[in-house]
Amino acid sequence: MKRTVPLMIVMVGGILMMVQYFIPHQYSQVILDNYVEWAPIVGAFALILGVGSLTRLHTHKIRRKAKNWQYSWAVLIPLFGMPFFALIVPQSLGGGSEVHGVHDFLFMHIQVPIQSTMFSLLAFYIASAAFRAFRAKSALATILLLAAVIVMLGQVPIGDVLGKWLPNTGLWILRYPNLAAKRAIMLGVGFGMLATNLKIIFGVERNWLGGAGK
Amino acid sequence: MRINWIGIPAALILLMIPSLSAAQDSVENLTPTDDTVSEVVTEDAAAEETETQPVAGEPLLETDPGLDIPGMITVQDKPNNAGNQLVVTFEPAVNPEGIHCYNVYRRVIGEESEDTWNLVKVIPADEPSEFIDGYDPEYPIEPGILYEYKIASVSLEDAEYFGPVYGATVAAEGEWFHTDKVRLLIAASLFILLIFYYFGRAQRGAKMYLRPIAGIEAIDEAIGRATEMGKPILYVPGISTISDVATIASLTILGRVARKIAEYQTRIIVPNYDPIVYTVAEEVVKQAYLEAGRPDSYDQDSVFFLTQSQFAYVAGVNGIMMRDRPATNFYLGMFYAESLILAETGSLSGAIQIAGTDAVTQLPFFITTCDYTLIGEELYAASAYLGHEPKQIGAVKGQDACKAIVMSLITLALVLGILDLVANTHTLDWLRNLVTVSIVE
Repeated sequence: MKRTVPLMIVMVGGILMMVQYFIPHQYSQVILDNYVEWAPIVGAFALILGVGSLTRLHTHKIRRKAKNWQYSWAVLIPLFGMPFFALIVPQSLGGGSEVHGVHDFLFMHIQVPIQSTMFSLLAFYIASAAFRAFRAKSALATILLLAAVIVMLGQVPIGDVLGKWLPNTGLWILRYPNLAAKRAIMLGVGFGMLATNLKIIFGVERNWLGGAGK
Repeated sequence: MRINWIGIPAALILLMIPSLSAAQDSVENLTPTDDTVSEVVTEDAAAEETETQPVAGEPLLETDPGLDIPGMITVQDKPNNAGNQLVVTFEPAVNPEGIHCYNVYRRVIGEESEDTWNLVKVIPADEPSEFIDGYDPEYPIEPGILYEYKIASVSLEDAEYFGPVYGATVAAEGEWFHTDKVRLLIAASLFILLIFYYFGRAQRGAKMYLRPIAGIEAIDEAIGRATEMGKPILYVPGISTISDVATIASLTILGRVARKIAEYQTRIIVPNYDPIVYTVAEEVVKQAYLEAGRPDSYDQDSVFFLTQSQFAYVAGVNGIMMRDRPATNFYLGMFYAESLILAETGSLSGAIQIAGTDAVTQLPFFITTCDYTLIGEELYAASAYLGHEPKQIGAVKGQDACKAIVMSLITLALVLGILDLVANTHTLDWLRNLVTVSIVE
């Protein structure tokens, strides 16, 4: 029962969605809309479990005085502090999620800059990854290096100054060999998805059921 | 539960054939032809010229002597939708001078009050006089309801000059089959049948060869390395939701990997981005420890939810990498801009890294920074490689057969296309039409 019921739900739901894709009728759309509406409801309940998991992990660390346990406070304080200011503290005392409140201040002046900093690291990592990738160690790596130089120069104004052939060749590389390779991967991915979906719908793949799958 | 794998798809296809033909028949009846173009009914034969209330102090009539009005309006049901769209075409004014735009009003036939007219579209005078009504969620088209339209020529001063009111004789109706998806249905059915054929062959015990994939073969080695070094293994299941097939593929691999980790008595860390993925991942790892006969070794804190913020998640995972120094990092699933930040940090920490994703744009980053990368479909095949279950291997062979068909078609089309080009003819246009699939909403 523990195994059969989820498998039946998945099988019926999966086949229904497959058939639904080919039926544009309003009744079919109602079924799809209901399915789509259910997803965030399930997600909201799962979020409670998620926050519980994070809290449990860090309270364990603090209680056990595990290595680097001090950092756990840096997780727990904002985790509960932000909703505390947004939902519990009255607006007259700087609460609420409105502009100029404490929550907004913390979000705009701490969270957003930290996230921007993380994102900006990408520029440096791209440079170091490019340096590693474009070392001409072999004939193929040299071709890759040349293609990369042409494409990159073709994308910037100086490429145009160096010669019209540079942006044109760069565009050709992007449009033909590069696009062909991307499409080949996407084709394989499409078939892989199809096979994986069929395996799940018809119960061949059951690992996602966790303990109920065996 | 024993299932006849060939019987199920065969029965499905058999069931679908009559319903498909019935659907096509009904579509033929519903598809608008020249005959079904609504014969519009003129309620008010004389042109109704109405002006909006002129703004006080503005001598509107003096500066605006009047505009030509639009002509006949035709309404058609838009095919292949849920009965919530109509194609409205009107004859623009013969003399467009002074017309800034056209205001299109709609109301349900039978409503008398002037307040019931809704402005559903404003069309600039120089744009085509055809539009699809029903896109605006504030004024939806209801299936089976007849509407009437009136269109006004609008001057620069916002004065409206109304044309006649036309009532549509056709209502929007939903269709039971999307006729633009016939080729897609045929291709999908063919590929599904192929995959089931190989399922069946594998079930009957046919030996099937799978080419070795370095990334998958390295998994054992990577787990062994972490065990020898006494360091944990980090498994990142991507930052997508459970509805993403790549995430599901990642979770199936997690089950296999966690089992080996449990056997080797190594520590695993699985930080999750999505709370639903977290609950599934926790169950998968717990079950893997149980199967390995080590339920007591399962650490409740090894699988946890981190955050649903992309770069906060990256910061959290990078922190784990730098503090706990895992010997092996797995990045399997769907990744976005964070892929390179994760993989570069892992590379700096000295871990052996195995990545796999179907995100084409992130693959170069993983290939550059990781020791092994599962490219696209290899991620989906990994579960079969690790499990060695016949039906799983059958699915991989089915995929390969599908690819072989597509490759043959591409090669054939390429050769014929070149011949067509050399001969300078258009004899192969039928082939292009056959394989061209229109972009469907």
